[in-house]
Amino acid sequence: MDMNVSKKKLGIKERYAHMTRGLGWEPTYQPAEAVFPYDKYEGIKIHDWDKWVDPFRLTMDAYWKYQGEKDRKLYAVIEAFAQNNGHLNITDARYLSAIKLFWQGVSPLENYVVQGFARAGRHFRGEASRIACQMQAVDELRHYQTQTHSISNYNKYYNGFHSQRHMWDRVWYLSVPKSFGEDALSAGPFEFLIAISFSFEYVLTNLLFVPFMSGAAYNGDMSTVTFGFSAQSDESRHMTLGIEAIKFLLEQDPANVPIVQGWIDKWFWRGSKVLALVGMMMDYMLPKRVMSWKEAWEIYAEENGGALFRDLARYGIRPPKGWADACEAKNHISHQIWLLFYEYGGATAFHTWSPTNEELDWLSAKYPDSFDKYYRPRLEFLRDKHARGGRVYQTTLPALCTTCQIPLCFTEPGDPTKISHRETVHEGEKYVFCSGHCQEIFSNEPEKFVQSWLPVNQIYQGNCFNPDVDPTAPDFDPLKAVLEYFHYNLGRDNGDFEGSEDQQNFAKWRGQAGHN
Amino acid sequence: MSVEIKAVEIKPLRNTFTNVAELIGGDKPASRYQEATLGNQATAHMHYRPTWEPEFELFDPRRSAIQMREWYDLRDPRQLYYSSWTIQRAKEQETQEANFDFVESRRLHLSLPPDVKKLAVDVLIPLRHAAWGANMNNNEFCSRAFSEVLISPAIMQAMDNLGIAQYLTRLGLILDEPEILDTAKKQWMDSPAWQPLRHMTEDTFVIRDFMEIFVAQNFVIDGLLYPLIYDRFVDDTLTSRGGSAIAMMTSFMPLWFGQSSKWVDGVIKVVVAESEHNKALITQWTTQWRNRTIAALTPIAAMAFGDHQQTMLDEVVEQFNARAKKLGMTV
Amino acid sequence: MSKVFIIVQANEEARPIVEALVQDNPNAVVQESPAMVRVEAEGSLTLNRSTVEALTGQPFDIQQLHINLISISGHIDEEDDYLTVAWNN
Repeated sequence: MDMNVSKKKLGIKERYAHMTRGLGWEPTYQPAEAVFPYDKYEGIKIHDWDKWVDPFRLTMDAYWKYQGEKDRKLYAVIEAFAQNNGHLNITDARYLSAIKLFWQGVSPLENYVVQGFARAGRHFRGEASRIACQMQAVDELRHYQTQTHSISNYNKYYNGFHSQRHMWDRVWYLSVPKSFGEDALSAGPFEFLIAISFSFEYVLTNLLFVPFMSGAAYNGDMSTVTFGFSAQSDESRHMTLGIEAIKFLLEQDPANVPIVQGWIDKWFWRGSKVLALVGMMMDYMLPKRVMSWKEAWEIYAEENGGALFRDLARYGIRPPKGWADACEAKNHISHQIWLLFYEYGGATAFHTWSPTNEELDWLSAKYPDSFDKYYRPRLEFLRDKHARGGRVYQTTLPALCTTCQIPLCFTEPGDPTKISHRETVHEGEKYVFCSGHCQEIFSNEPEKFVQSWLPVNQIYQGNCFNPDVDPTAPDFDPLKAVLEYFHYNLGRDNGDFEGSEDQQNFAKWRGQAGHN
Repeated sequence: MSVEIKAVEIKPLRNTFTNVAELIGGDKPASRYQEATLGNQATAHMHYRPTWEPEFELFDPRRSAIQMREWYDLRDPRQLYYSSWTIQRAKEQETQEANFDFVESRRLHLSLPPDVKKLAVDVLIPLRHAAWGANMNNNEFCSRAFSEVLISPAIMQAMDNLGIAQYLTRLGLILDEPEILDTAKKQWMDSPAWQPLRHMTEDTFVIRDFMEIFVAQNFVIDGLLYPLIYDRFVDDTLTSRGGSAIAMMTSFMPLWFGQSSKWVDGVIKVVVAESEHNKALITQWTTQWRNRTIAALTPIAAMAFGDHQQTMLDEVVEQFNARAKKLGMTV
Repeated sequence: MSKVFIIVQANEEARPIVEALVQDNPNAVVQESPAMVRVEAEGSLTLNRSTVEALTGQPFDIQQLHINLISISGHIDEEDDYLTVAWNN
């Protein structure tokens, strides 16, 4: 307690200002342009960095106190989970596919943005904005590391977790989140902030963490739900950074509005494509489901995002260009992606399967306008085929969208029977896209997107084989060679869940657990 | 559904991730530090060149002239990962908080001899800007470094620097009215005694080689400033003149410096031992920034120690040179 | 008016936070899901320090909310004694 009554008692805002803004200064021995070289080239104009508003005023002392408390709790759960074979409490080993996909495709993004936020945390000229970015940088490190430690236990007992690092740089479907992350990291600091803090964290991340993690709890995965919600408590701060950042940019100069609008259009669309994977996780991979992808989209994107964009209208910002199409796609996207992964199930480092009748009925009820008409018949056909011994495994390689890198599997807006496909010729080369929005993103930055490392194209060019293989050998099996290049344990990481080692081990271990 | 599973013994299929196994000599149980930091750097098939620095790949070890066959050799002897770091800092913060409370509740800050208080304020409060400079440098180091084994401790170091800048701010707010912070900033900006340090700090802001930033800030500048200010000035000079309350309120800093030095030494030792090329570079950076730092600290030492300034500086430099020698350098 | 929400973990520490929100925001609606509790309201929601303290008999720092917070929407105004989330539409 402060007993020194003669002195001014500072309120939280004033005190925070001294702890942050007061620390910096205008350099005079080095030109400001040399100290902060990256904050002009994107065309964003900032006149007064002091107008930045700090919503949460965490100083390092409070940060350490609260984060230390959170981590003590989190690691107690991780430890108990490992000691008590907590993995045997999950509803069903099929659930593990969701966690594999999360580990392979989401955790590396957490790791990626550490450096992006450190760069923003160094190179913005305003101290308060820098500190907010730095806290996010160290939080993202936390997320990657706590996810590593939580997943570590699953990796000991189940397949598909072991070579995340190697797979991230190579596997066909992981180039979707990888190119998303690298697109953001290779952009300037303002675009990075709009991409990650605003479009992803604020508009979309609730979709990833809130219903999905609640689903993890519903499926008995205390380890994941604990790291998920613990991470989400940081995300609340990050989302706030996103909304403050956008208000700040829009208020600083009217010339910023069209630039920011362009980034919102781009990154909302990029993010919604990456989240199609989450849609599939929620609708198909959770044996017990809390809500459908469509319901989650309605609550967290349409309702909450709608409120946000109504709020931003006064700055001249409209909802992202792809908004209506993304909203329409809520009826389709999870089914289309699941069917894609099911059919390419020989080339995924997680298992796929045919949903049970009960699950099909649930999907019919949740998707009255689309499921029975377009997807149930196909799923039932595939299931029957598998029952007759003919599990479908596609072996022809699909065309990838040059921008989002997802195979062409989404349908035209307004016509769910027609695969959407666009083409652009740029400097004599043909590029294909999954949608008009992805095509437009390319056209706005062709010099960036011609660099895309598209796994399918690379496979065709022979760049995805281990150095010791001989493609001219008579018994050469190119698909097998590619999967070995990905470091799959063939027959253990991939293929149908039915008959998999994960399925057998889980049943055996649970059986042992239930008897003497 | 919950199953009674305590009695089951299940043999794991593997002990750790392959990227970790490759760096710890095979598939064996790995520590949390190892799983958090080893082999996690993306290295292949990067999609786009950074628009802010197209001459490099997005992740590129060529952002330093230092060459390593294996960057993951640069491990942190403290083995800190986020959780162990934040829990350790939370404990230290609790002590620091108790110290602030103790001083304030017993009004020790009001009974400081006026000349001691003035001296403490003059020397310590402008240093919050130097700590902020260190924060900038460690963010830059973090954002440009290659491999998590460096990136992870770098961002923690940056946050520690911020914590120290904020502890110094709190010290100022306890010792006097908030205007004291403006006065200290004026000194940092204008007073001749502080200009060499500010000048040098700004010069570090334009270093682009991430290992040079690391050496300049974490090894050299901290390596001279902390022993001079917190060991000799706060713990010796001020305490002997009745200023132990100041030492209580800055107790985190020497403690932190001891920990940070372990990391810094661990990294530099391995880099220097790697090749003559590395050794020559690290030696050159060390010598160059050491000479700058000595010059920058001289007027501050004059303020802090009066007639003893040279002795104090010489001791600190000697101690620093001995440390550099232990790490394999001749400086 | 657009809806704002505060979502917290379903645990003992967050229970008085939910109670305080319900007590001080008559239009608040509580929805429970596995492991989490969502409190939503039209327009705005305010968490008052004094209400939590009265409910628990313990001192409460508004920033303690961070420990069990899962998500939040709207513009945030945080002071020593309260935290408000609101939309301006």
